[in-house]
Amino acid sequence: MNQTRGLVNRILKFSAVDGPGNRFVVFLQGCNFQCINCHNPHTIGKCNLCGICVKECPVGALKIETTTSTSEQTMHYYEDRCTHCDRCIKVCPESSNPQARWMSVKEALKILYPVEPFLSGVTVSGGEATSQPDFVRELFRAIKADPKLSRLTTFIDSNGSAPIEIWETLIDVTDGAMIDLKALNSETHKALTGNENESVIKTIKYLEKKKKLYEVRLLIIPDYNDSKEQIQETAKFLNTINPNLRIKINAFRKHGTKENLTKNLKEATKEQVEQIKNLLENYNFKVY
Amino acid sequence: MKLDELRSRAEAIISNPGLTYQQRKHNLALLAEQLVEYPTLGDEARKALDERVICDLFEGNAPYRARYILPDYGKALREGSKFLELEPPTNLAEALNFLTILYSQVPSITGFPVYLGDIDTLLEPFTAGVLDAELYQQLKLFWRAVDRMLPDAFTHANLGPKDTRVGRMIFQIERELKQVVPNLTLKYDPTLTSDELLIEAIQTVFAVGKPHFANHPMMVEDLGEEYAVVSCYNSLKIGGGSHTLTRLNLRRTVEKDTGDGRTSFLEKTLPHYVELTLQIMEARIRYLVEKVKFYEHDFLAQEGLINLNRFSAMFGIFGLAETVNILMEREGSSGKYGFDEQANQLAYQITDKIAEILHQRELPYCEGNGGKAFFHSQSGIDLDLDTTAGTRIPYGEEPELFEHIMAVAPHHRKFNSGVSDIFHFEETVTKNPQSMIDVIKGAFKMGMRDFTFNLADSEFVRVTGYLVRRSDVEQYQKEQRSRYDSTVLGANALANQGIMNRQRRVISRESDQRTR
Repeated sequence: MNQTRGLVNRILKFSAVDGPGNRFVVFLQGCNFQCINCHNPHTIGKCNLCGICVKECPVGALKIETTTSTSEQTMHYYEDRCTHCDRCIKVCPESSNPQARWMSVKEALKILYPVEPFLSGVTVSGGEATSQPDFVRELFRAIKADPKLSRLTTFIDSNGSAPIEIWETLIDVTDGAMIDLKALNSETHKALTGNENESVIKTIKYLEKKKKLYEVRLLIIPDYNDSKEQIQETAKFLNTINPNLRIKINAFRKHGTKENLTKNLKEATKEQVEQIKNLLENYNFKVY
Repeated sequence: MKLDELRSRAEAIISNPGLTYQQRKHNLALLAEQLVEYPTLGDEARKALDERVICDLFEGNAPYRARYILPDYGKALREGSKFLELEPPTNLAEALNFLTILYSQVPSITGFPVYLGDIDTLLEPFTAGVLDAELYQQLKLFWRAVDRMLPDAFTHANLGPKDTRVGRMIFQIERELKQVVPNLTLKYDPTLTSDELLIEAIQTVFAVGKPHFANHPMMVEDLGEEYAVVSCYNSLKIGGGSHTLTRLNLRRTVEKDTGDGRTSFLEKTLPHYVELTLQIMEARIRYLVEKVKFYEHDFLAQEGLINLNRFSAMFGIFGLAETVNILMEREGSSGKYGFDEQANQLAYQITDKIAEILHQRELPYCEGNGGKAFFHSQSGIDLDLDTTAGTRIPYGEEPELFEHIMAVAPHHRKFNSGVSDIFHFEETVTKNPQSMIDVIKGAFKMGMRDFTFNLADSEFVRVTGYLVRRSDVEQYQKEQRSRYDSTVLGANALANQGIMNRQRRVISRESDQRTR
């Protein structure tokens, strides 16, 4: 159980933006969506050991090594040599990140332990948290079984696309989930993410039924999902889910996105976000 | 000083358009003090002072009042004051009036009281039957008077650890009035302080960068129940205080050491300069007690509002970060304080060593700490261009918050008269105050004694332990004058470090200096 491994992009020990209170966040590597607006696209792909980043690294902090016992090839990231220039991320043709590494639940707990006194809980994000459900389940199970860690709440930040069968394997050890609803309109959703949104709608309904839907997040992308009609439809829909739902409104920013994908997108302004918050005022949502 | 020089310096003060009348008068007094001979020192101590290995914070050649005084305001409210011809107050208005009057008579190094009392504890007995609106109005007027009559950011009020009506209102008033004065500390005890009061404090931090958060159980263990946090973040006894504060520049000390590592520094050089510092402190203490006889003639002492046996003296250190890094380099290691576990361990060794010496060395008239000096992590002055404050990690170079807290926390236990770290937060935390509650509780669990927060882009900037407003600094830069004495200090600090342009917090400079 504690040997179950996950491919982890990085860990943030303190976060004030990934759920209630101060949280320890595990960002997993790999996502099944291909959102054009993604602000950390290097978390989307899985490394295929093509080796381009190894050549491009200016300080030789990357090396593909073969484990003699298993003849397995893996990417080695020498953190002490790294200058954080991010060249490897820029040149990766797979939208991956060679700094991501396989980590067991046991290793993750070891990092978590000393941080526990400062935390309300743990959040798994990414990438897409539900694309590695075994790791998430075992991590949460271990946290709940540990006398010191069991007071920590366990949250998942997700695109909501996992089938309900997967959610069912996680729901008992998960205290809350935050779901990104990229767009209610299925064409818009497909244009933005490359995927349908029926599964996302199903997830939202399922999580609310289980009383584990902590909040829904809306990323406002001008000319895609910000029209008055779309917002009103979305509000109507979310109102049927939970009239007091927490809704987080984020404004689309180009920072971190892939330039070729977002050059025709516009950033959402403060005024646009305010307008949308106003539209939601007729409801009893907790909008922030 | 020659008479010519004295004259021209006096004339410069008198004709300085940038000083208010009070500030001119205060500066003239500082100038006059420099005419007096320094308390008698041994040659080595004198040399160390001249070489600025030891720094007396330009406290003055002739200490004629204790540096930090914490009158027992509770006793005064109960018994009245003969000197001030005041009967004990019988209602809220009388109590506020009484305190306002008494504040005007309390000396300190700044010329204004550095301690205003545990306001909620002092006033709660007078609030029975007073309706909320009336109480709010009275407290607000009182708070405004404090800011206008005591324009110095080192003036410090305490609240807590219990949740009280007065305490909550003070936080509300702080958010409404947005004053630099007074400095504020919430005494926090996990068994006594409610989360509701903590949230009030946190909301106040978002608005005005106050309060400090103090570890009440740790303070009580060191100082007893009757303690308070004053001036920047100095913790001393109520009814007592500190005669003086002298500080040792650890960096200059290690530069005097000719060894190739920590051993000769820890065994020889450091103890040598610690002792010289204590000698200077002793000379100053004796001057104040035996020559000036401050504790005999000041009415606060005569009426028992302060008592010599609750005083001690503060031994301060600064520049620990640079000292550690220099020693690590001498030992052939590149580990840096705050980032490297070996370097951090060396840092703890150094503060342990000093604490050990202080625990053994007797100092006269220091009954307030069992006949020994208090240990203090000093927050720096604007002359400190190559040293970091106290035991802090250099500004702008701190690791992530968790690693930062874990690196500095082990020092805190040792500094009974004060140590404080300032943590940086992004704006996003204002939407999630629970996250700050979590960090505060965790920091106390890890043994922090005192800390506060700086929010990026706030109008209020925490400079070492006191506050300035950006707008005050801008106004000062334009008009070359400010109502607050502390704005000048803040402006210098900000100019020297470019704090305004930085992302991170910082503030490790403090200057009590007005004339040099």
